[in-house]
Amino acid sequence: MSQLLTITDLSVSAEDKPLLHGVSLNIEHGSTHVLMGHNGAGKSTLGLAIMGSPEYTVTGGKIEFDGADITNESAYERAKRGIFLSFQNPVEIPGITLSEFLRNSLEQISGKHMKLWDFKKMLKAAMELLNMDSSYADRDLNVGFSGGEKKKAEILQLLMLEPKLAILDETDSGLDVDAVKTVSQGINEYKSRTGGSLLIITHNTKILESLAVDKTHILSAGKIVSEGGAELVYDVIENGFDRYNSKE
Amino acid sequence: MSEKTKVADIDRSRYDFRFEEDESNYLGSGLTPELVSDISHEKGDPEWMRELRLKSLEIYNKTKMVDWGPSINELDVSRIITYIRQKSRMNTDWNDVPDDIKQTFENLGIPQAERESLAGVGAQYDSELVYHNVRKEVAQSGVVYTDLESAMHDERYAEMIKKHFMKLVPPTDHKFAALHGAVWSGGSFVYVPKGVRLEIPLQSYFRLNAKGAGQFEHTLIILEEDSYLHFIEGCSAPKYYEAGLHAGCVELYVGKNATLRYSTIENWSKNMYNLNTKRALVSEGGKIEWVSGSFGSHVSYLYPMSILNGEGARAEFTGITFAGEGQNLDTGAKMVHNAPNTSSYMNTKSISKSGGISTFRSAVVVNKNASGSKSSVSCESLMLDSISRSDTIPAMDIRTKYADIGHEAKIGRISDESVFYLMSRGMSEQDAKAMIVRGFADNVSKELPLEYAMEMNNLIGLEMHGSIG
Repeated sequence: MSQLLTITDLSVSAEDKPLLHGVSLNIEHGSTHVLMGHNGAGKSTLGLAIMGSPEYTVTGGKIEFDGADITNESAYERAKRGIFLSFQNPVEIPGITLSEFLRNSLEQISGKHMKLWDFKKMLKAAMELLNMDSSYADRDLNVGFSGGEKKKAEILQLLMLEPKLAILDETDSGLDVDAVKTVSQGINEYKSRTGGSLLIITHNTKILESLAVDKTHILSAGKIVSEGGAELVYDVIENGFDRYNSKE
Repeated sequence: MSEKTKVADIDRSRYDFRFEEDESNYLGSGLTPELVSDISHEKGDPEWMRELRLKSLEIYNKTKMVDWGPSINELDVSRIITYIRQKSRMNTDWNDVPDDIKQTFENLGIPQAERESLAGVGAQYDSELVYHNVRKEVAQSGVVYTDLESAMHDERYAEMIKKHFMKLVPPTDHKFAALHGAVWSGGSFVYVPKGVRLEIPLQSYFRLNAKGAGQFEHTLIILEEDSYLHFIEGCSAPKYYEAGLHAGCVELYVGKNATLRYSTIENWSKNMYNLNTKRALVSEGGKIEWVSGSFGSHVSYLYPMSILNGEGARAEFTGITFAGEGQNLDTGAKMVHNAPNTSSYMNTKSISKSGGISTFRSAVVVNKNASGSKSSVSCESLMLDSISRSDTIPAMDIRTKYADIGHEAKIGRISDESVFYLMSRGMSEQDAKAMIVRGFADNVSKELPLEYAMEMNNLIGLEMHGSIG
């Protein structure tokens, strides 16, 4: 498989505080990767840095996507290239409906005008798949949504925007059993329909059950400390991170 | 920069008058009874109007300058007087309209003929056709919608106008109300008979080509019992007048159980001092709904006032103010509860950007006789950068124990987190901020008819352009 994302020796800091130290990570086209680690290990930081959050400064190394060096690109340029991040805490935007936001986003990313009718049809289908009440389309983006609804809205965006790489930052945390199932279905749908790549940040295996994990990375104190296949996920869940941490 | 919508800094020279040699001696000649008499004569005023003008002039000369809000020291009244004096023979030229205003017309997609009309340089724009259709429907319903000058000479309305004109806003109200009384020109007269509910909104836009309308225009609207009207004033296109003062006056009489919705989208060019006075008197069970978007002008003083004069009368004010570079906009509303069980509701948003100053000023007065009344005030401000300013000055004067009063104020900034979130969904920083601001302004946009809401959203988009990078 050819390379989609190539991170080479990436160091990142926020407000002069170093958070990632020489992280290297490769994701091939169509593959599914899992990123694990303690709270505060730098998992979200890595996800946000790949997306281009201005909160973080790259102090060394580079990020390449689809053959282009995107290290200095802004978030919207990366989004247009096909990178998507499902946020751990999606923000609320009062006064802008989910539907209006999504249509705008879709048009920006595709660079094409979208007919309202076509858009509505597409949105309806995606919402049905996620068991989302259609009234959410006309509600202000994430405003007053429960934690689970916010996460579903993120997966709804994933399905609509069809990125090449989806980074899911603890999309399964705080969800009840049914919601995890629904979200997993959404992720599977994305995967089977687009053949896109996934980088899943998670603490548990439920969301991975129906996915074929190609590779697992373990991050500790801003460094990749171990890598392996799908079996590594289960090893960590059973035995904890400690023995990986000790490798530092 | 092609998408700039306004004068980045108030470059006075661009708006300077072009005087012919022999005209310069009008400068400083002041506002005299002769001038006012001339205006009155030219307009063919009835005698009572001539007297009102002259009386207003006296009051104007005796009243001191406003000193409690944004500075208006730079307002050169003598220039305006000269402008008024010369207006009839002044031949303004399209070439004299500043480029940035032309560019905004371009960006808003307004046809050339209409642009010239909006810029006040000609009356060639033939809106008669559109207007005609509206007029037909309106006439069939028995509603009177005409210009104030001709209504004054129509025996059917002459008495009505005399009885109401500047009775709600008397010339003694403040200095610019007095100036208005002396030199007012143009404007609309609307009369809605008992029980008539007009479905289509009336738009003053169609009146813009009336000669002299715009600057000292007077709007008089009378709603009889059980009637309904939506009146829309202004439009999102920048209105440009050489003399940088707008001192209009709006008087609204809402009859028993009648409802009047009065919407305004105002985008005066950035050389204007907008010292407008708006007031509504609401009878028993009646309702006034103000929807107000203030985008333009250099300095604004604007506080539509609702006097709830009959039991159960209601008032709602929904407003947005957007102050950009070089703008100091002091806006808000005043509610006076003057009868039992009246209610008022204020919901305003203000935005300041690139050093603009936006002040929310409100007053709620609940008189002794207004027991059982309710009032709720909510104002929210958004500052788009650290050099802009936002102030909130709410006043409450409650004279009865039996009233339910609420107030809520919030001041905030656009969070970096929100901007990044939208950027991660493909929007540029500028588009992301514009979207957040548009969302913030939705209290007003959702109250406007769709085409106006879209115009307002376009306007916000244009105002946001050029703010970054």
